Amino acid sequence: MAMDADEIATLIKQTLPDAQVTITDLRGDGDHYAAEVISSEFVGKTRVQQHQMVYESLQGRMGGVLHALALSTSAPSA
Amino acid sequence: MTQAAVSADHPVFERIKSEIDEQDVVLFMKGTPVFPQCGFSAAVVQILSQMDVKFKGVNVLDDTDVREGIKHYSNWPTIPQLYVRGEFVGGCDIIREMFENGELQQFLVDKGIQQAS
Repeated sequence: MAMDADEIATLIKQTLPDAQVTITDLRGDGDHYAAEVISSEFVGKTRVQQHQMVYESLQGRMGGVLHALALSTSAPSA
Repeated sequence: MTQAAVSADHPVFERIKSEIDEQDVVLFMKGTPVFPQCGFSAAVVQILSQMDVKFKGVNVLDDTDVREGIKHYSNWPTIPQLYVRGEFVGGCDIIREMFENGELQQFLVDKGIQQAS
């Protein structure tokens, strides 16, 4: 089972509605993606907390059907 | 939920905690520092070796309970996981990002961890 890029972006936006999400398919196998997520929800959060918020939006798929998601997160620049 | 209650739910937490407390820098990884068995684990091993940081590798492939338990312990769904003085620092992405912008070096200095000058 794999995931497609739109499905990942949709899931992230469900919990981070203002997020700008850029997904890159690293290997074309639906299992290895890179994602950049920019959201105001990340303000004041550590990087670990920001990544945990994204993982939670993926509802348990991270490390399962989605083997690898190279993640970079940030709050919008002021 | 108290620490005792959490441990009761996850008996492996005691073992994980003892691994984490045993050395200043502990990397839960797939494989060993000499023979990493996953690209992400190998990337963190390489960063730590490049910085000449002494660390202990815990091979989660040897122990399914630890492999799954560590994800609940840190609320982090993937391996590798790096701990410094008992604190979860991050997985491959975060360690690589911190290393590339010099944050990891400063973090280790702040924690009093020996590294290559």
